[in-house]
Amino acid sequence: MTRIAIDPVTRIEGHLRIEATVEGGKVADAWSSSTMFRGMEIVLRKRDPRDAWLFAQRICGVCTTVHALASVRAVEDAVGSNPPLNARLIRDVIAGTQYVQDHVIHFYHLHAFDWVDVASATKADPAAASRLAQSISAWPKSSPGYFQEIRDKIAAIVNSGQPGLFANGYWGHPAYRLSPEANLVLVAHYLEALDWQREIVRVQAILGGKNPHPQTYLVGGMAIPIDPDSQAALNFARLDEERTILESAKTFVEQVYLPDAVLVASHYPEWFGYGAGHKTYMAYGDFPQPSGDVSSYRFARGIVRYPNEAGVDAFDPAKISEYVTRSWYAYPDERVGLHPSRGETNPTYTGPQPPFEFLNVNDKYSWLKAPRYDGEVMEVGPLARLLVSYAAGRPDIKNVLDGALRTLKLQRADLSSTLGRVVARALETQLMSGWLLEWHDELVANVANGDLAVHDGSRWEPSSWPAECEGWGSHEAPRGSLGHWVRIESGAIANYQAVMPTTWNASPRDARGMRGPYEAALLGTPVADPQRPLEILRTVHSFDPCMACAVHVLDPDGGLVVRVEDDAW
Amino acid sequence: MSFAADSLDRRTFITFCATMAATLALPESYVPAIAKALQSAKRPVLVWLAFSDCAGCTESFLRASNPTVSDLILNTLSINYHETLMAASGEDAEALLSRTVGDDRGRYIAVVEGAIPTKDNGVYCTIGGRSAIDIAREVCSNAAAVITVGACAFFGGWPASRPNPTGAVGLQDALRGLKVINLPGCPPNAVNITATLVHFLTFGEMPDTDAQSRPLFAYGTQIHDSCERRAHYDAGEFVDAWGDEAHRKGWCLYKMGCKGPGTYHNCASVRWNDGTSWPIGAGHGCIGCSEAGFWDENTPFYRRLPDVPGFGVQTTANEVGLGIVAVTATAVAVHGVISIVRDRLHPEPVDPPPPSAGKS
Repeated sequence: MTRIAIDPVTRIEGHLRIEATVEGGKVADAWSSSTMFRGMEIVLRKRDPRDAWLFAQRICGVCTTVHALASVRAVEDAVGSNPPLNARLIRDVIAGTQYVQDHVIHFYHLHAFDWVDVASATKADPAAASRLAQSISAWPKSSPGYFQEIRDKIAAIVNSGQPGLFANGYWGHPAYRLSPEANLVLVAHYLEALDWQREIVRVQAILGGKNPHPQTYLVGGMAIPIDPDSQAALNFARLDEERTILESAKTFVEQVYLPDAVLVASHYPEWFGYGAGHKTYMAYGDFPQPSGDVSSYRFARGIVRYPNEAGVDAFDPAKISEYVTRSWYAYPDERVGLHPSRGETNPTYTGPQPPFEFLNVNDKYSWLKAPRYDGEVMEVGPLARLLVSYAAGRPDIKNVLDGALRTLKLQRADLSSTLGRVVARALETQLMSGWLLEWHDELVANVANGDLAVHDGSRWEPSSWPAECEGWGSHEAPRGSLGHWVRIESGAIANYQAVMPTTWNASPRDARGMRGPYEAALLGTPVADPQRPLEILRTVHSFDPCMACAVHVLDPDGGLVVRVEDDAW
Repeated sequence: MSFAADSLDRRTFITFCATMAATLALPESYVPAIAKALQSAKRPVLVWLAFSDCAGCTESFLRASNPTVSDLILNTLSINYHETLMAASGEDAEALLSRTVGDDRGRYIAVVEGAIPTKDNGVYCTIGGRSAIDIAREVCSNAAAVITVGACAFFGGWPASRPNPTGAVGLQDALRGLKVINLPGCPPNAVNITATLVHFLTFGEMPDTDAQSRPLFAYGTQIHDSCERRAHYDAGEFVDAWGDEAHRKGWCLYKMGCKGPGTYHNCASVRWNDGTSWPIGAGHGCIGCSEAGFWDENTPFYRRLPDVPGFGVQTTANEVGLGIVAVTATAVAVHGVISIVRDRLHPEPVDPPPPSAGKS
């Protein structure tokens, strides 16, 4: 049995460490550890709740809109504020562009090198690469000359003695399966996507002044004024510019990202058989229609548990609890979990002092708590969303998913896998790029009807709030279900906490010893060479880890057991 | 280097050099020098360290457009270490960092993103089993130049805001005596990161800075002085409520809490995301993200700045700025009191500071 540690796991957001034992060429056991935290929840205490989104947004600069949205929703829920329709649509457009940019970046820049051998691409025949590209897509940048230019450029970097970002990849690893031509097509699109992502986020700059960290949310609405007759407001010229960007993004998703995802998936069919994990999926649901009712959400709310993939169980936020049995915190009774609004934080780092070689994985080993739903492990994210929405009968999601399963000759159960997550992420990007145009057009129509409202000012002043109130704000972020909880007393934050998608997915073991989703998904993953654990990266990256989001806070007061606080990031 | 020859046609390349010259406020006659510097045979080596961060500064760097980000990170530079972008993982990644520190000692650029937690022996941020401060000390002490990106690496950022649970500090407080250039902002603008790198590659030294080691080309002008809404301030035309007529007309956001007075940053002139917009242009006040301590000093964000005598039509922006400085202790670099410090490179590597250099 070989014991390995991958630290840092790169091509993710933040600091993640994976320890594993390998036996007989397979992962025998695995431990997922977050090695950083900062303390956002402590920092937010006693502050103006209207400022919270600006702080919370900075939990993560990759998912740069998601905590802002969950935060204003939580405070609005607490104080009874109702953002007008324009503000809700602008929020949808910002959130949707976040999905599209984030998922494309994940596929090409964070995940592709697990499947694509850059060194092999330098040996490709440009004419054959061109034929391959044209056989899978109408994307115009596909001439032999274009691929020759890319091949020579990559070869120059790889062979220059200064390979830079390409240095020390697992190039030549036996688990790479794509032809040199397929590798070249994907490397070309890696480069194109790098420049393309700048363009789509301009939508967030139009609506929010800048990206990363667009600066436009308000408790009660949005700060971007709308006025067809003003150059200092969102007018029809700006909206036209926005639509052009969204249309172009949709084309890129349809002609580049989707065909490439299918290309990868079709060359690694065995990876629909690895990486399943617990097969329990949860989605809070999101993107309400104007009615705002939960049943109208584009992404349905609920829980799917295999083997009953056709049934959706109801979701009740009261059933969320968090365990610290294997996390660097202490509870009075660590056999039980606590609801986020009633949690306790007693940070007790018991790990080895740095520098260290291995963690003590038989004890506490992560700064992440272990969130569980009714005691069960839940996976969240694109795959969970699609499976829940499919089972809930959302027709557009069912159509897209069934089409992909036919193309790839797969059953729905095959999606519970490493590549299933990759395919689900691509499919929801396709859906989102279409929904974005719908939301954009709804906004234009509403403005054309004379509605210029962007903010509900009735609950802006703290004097309009109850003396004490509590709220919950949820969002289906690109990486999965996100929840923020806030308690406000006398106009200031008394307690604030969040449970992040990556906290669910990257969690350590709980009181019953149940592995978190990463850990469970890694069991049985083949490892051809423990010194070059490429296959482990495939499964971990398929979840799109975001560690800055996931890490829990600590309570600087240490030992005191206080109501609430903590947990979060 | 292959930059101009391989991947950009000549016109694009020269346009880029001219853009950089303009951003850096250099005369056009410097364009050939910039072009020459960017075509050297060996690509300049850069390592990018991320500690207690959110990756927002990395994302912002990826918005570089001139040159395109793919050219910048693959053709212009040799980025030997960047956790978010590099192909290598685990020990193979750490080996690249060690090798760079050894082989390119005194010649590489170190970029630092994120705060450094100093409490409890640094257990709040470890990478490869090592604490952030340990890594920073080794890598930064042996670099040709050290650039901090973002508020967190500048002064600790929000992790260092009250009550600073992890003892987070910025790089210059973690490693006292280390010469750094600071590109604050939450995040900093890709234009300013690119321009600073180009300046270094062209002239072999960092651009002129203020007393807080922020380059003057980017942090030398008060937002309030360059704001397109300034005339409305002078005319006493203010937004009173979100979405009101004044807001729609683009009047001054001072009463809505704008921190443009007292904030030094070139957002108003270079704007963001290929010049698409900037926060005030999109209707929200400035939060002062390029100033040290802004998470504490500038909050609540929606409370208007302290009144100063004669505020309004007659008052100049500088007087307002000075009034704010009087109550915020941290903003020291105002017009008239800027101490211009000419950064010089370390010609030789410096000895690492003693382990006790970390401030808790």
